[in-house]
Amino acid sequence: MSVASVTPRGPKPGRLTLGRFGLYAFLISAALFFSVPLYVMIVTSLKTMPEIRAGGIFSLPQGLDLSAWKTAWSGACAGTECAGVQAGFWNSVRITLPAVAISVLVGAVNGYALSFWRPRGGTLMFGLLMAGALVPYQVFLYPLVRWFATGHLYNSLPGIVLVHILFGLPLVTLLFRNYFVTIPEELFKASRLDGAGFWRIFAEIMLPMSVPMLVVAAMMQFTGIWNDFLLGLVFAGRENLPMTVQLNNIVNTTTGERLYNVNMAATILTALVPLVIYFVSGRWFVRGIAAGAVKG
Amino acid sequence: MKHRIKRSLMPFGALLPTWLAVVLVYIGAMVWTLRLSFTNSRIFPTDHYVGFAQYEKLLSSSKWMAAAGNLVVFGVLYIAGCLVIGFLLAAALDRQVRFESLFRTIFLYPYAMSFVVTGLIWQWLMNPLLGVQASVQAWGWSGFSFDLLSSRELAIYGVVIAGVWQGAGLVMVMMLAGMRGIDTEQWRAARIDGIPVWRTYVSVVLPQLGPALAAVSTILTMGVIKTYDLVVAITNGGPGTATEVPAKFIMDNLFQRQNLGLATAAAVMLLMSVLIVVAPFRFVSSMRARRKAGVL
Repeated sequence: MSVASVTPRGPKPGRLTLGRFGLYAFLISAALFFSVPLYVMIVTSLKTMPEIRAGGIFSLPQGLDLSAWKTAWSGACAGTECAGVQAGFWNSVRITLPAVAISVLVGAVNGYALSFWRPRGGTLMFGLLMAGALVPYQVFLYPLVRWFATGHLYNSLPGIVLVHILFGLPLVTLLFRNYFVTIPEELFKASRLDGAGFWRIFAEIMLPMSVPMLVVAAMMQFTGIWNDFLLGLVFAGRENLPMTVQLNNIVNTTTGERLYNVNMAATILTALVPLVIYFVSGRWFVRGIAAGAVKG
Repeated sequence: MKHRIKRSLMPFGALLPTWLAVVLVYIGAMVWTLRLSFTNSRIFPTDHYVGFAQYEKLLSSSKWMAAAGNLVVFGVLYIAGCLVIGFLLAAALDRQVRFESLFRTIFLYPYAMSFVVTGLIWQWLMNPLLGVQASVQAWGWSGFSFDLLSSRELAIYGVVIAGVWQGAGLVMVMMLAGMRGIDTEQWRAARIDGIPVWRTYVSVVLPQLGPALAAVSTILTMGVIKTYDLVVAITNGGPGTATEVPAKFIMDNLFQRQNLGLATAAAVMLLMSVLIVVAPFRFVSSMRARRKAGVL
């Protein structure tokens, strides 16, 4: 039995049969389908407009022309305003960092309280939270806008941060609850016997132990909030529009000639931060997806 | 005595912010939206109740019906596309191929990007004059057509392609994780019985991926119902109403057309569609969990 269980499945790698050939042909054509758009984006952003107008979306640029990138960052026009995606980038940073930090921390506390202390009504709250995660944002939007307007939070940085925290609660709570459930309860009981209280056990034992989940949750939240469009559009206000909203304004509300090279450079700039996170920490990223998907 | 009280209050206090969010924001906002949907509110909420009039208006609105129809077409094709391509990619990577992690990275990276970015990339690729179509035609295939977005009949399929490109990697990752969990003994047995590999995938592996399939289908379905940014970025609902979707219909009526009653009725309809589509998945998975618990 033990020998059988370590036998690799499938044919031995390296032996090129017709089936293996077909397999690689399929994988390589799929890889092309997935990677060509990124390639096209990059080469387009490096071309000049006359080059683009000459046709040949797949052709390599004749020279390294970085002027489109410069324009995209600091001079591209959205309507009459020509300031590039720069402002949007910093707005996104200002929105995302506090929203990620606070929501992950609240999620950690929630998960800890729910798994170890099990306060009365905890299961109910968790159930309601999970149900709430299924409700489309459109159901909440109008009342939230009104309440935020009353509290002077509408169209403000604290407002958009708070909205992201509110809608991030289900995911972070789920991640940490499921993580803490796997930690042996003896550890918790021993600390209790030592006389440690709620916050001390959390800060000194549970938080250091949950570093992997802190990283995963922060990454999930960061990508989600950075990529958000809808909430930023509604709650951030003109002064704080996130990068995604600005990008869409730049590309889709141009009045004059469409500058495809600038548009693609701006698009890459907007995708850059999540892409770097993904390429640097692919394994963690996958782990986060798997952990968050248990929700279903 | 004092100690006991403190012990039971602290965890509850830690959950209090989340409780407030659930009760005030989630439930409170939902109830208000539900109430508004039975009034004839325009810019401001009124207490003038009109029963189901807004819902009737919705069902007789050609724009809403077009949006709902588009959502069904998009949803079916997007989910089927993601599931089929994702499953095939996972099965191919499961066959012990070289450069597995490179392939995996390529298949999943679009998922790290926002819908706005995805939409803008594909808008450029499908550009009728300078996009993929022009290049392929210049290569000699003069009948090639990839100008989907400017056609009323085909635009929705353009959105589907962009969506599948972005989402198939997620299915691949989750299916692959499920496949890796399958007992190798079953593979040995299938090989001894002379069952072809593809048959084993369809009849032995696929049925065991049930939970992963349910989870990923729920995520994809939720994504479909929330579809907004992708459409705004790629076509903004056009040409005409060819790619109009319910989430966008609601946003337009909420913030541009100032038709609060109609918008909230539409939001409630969207919520209903979540309940109808997602509830069966939940039911099946909870039944399965219960049955498992009963056996153990």
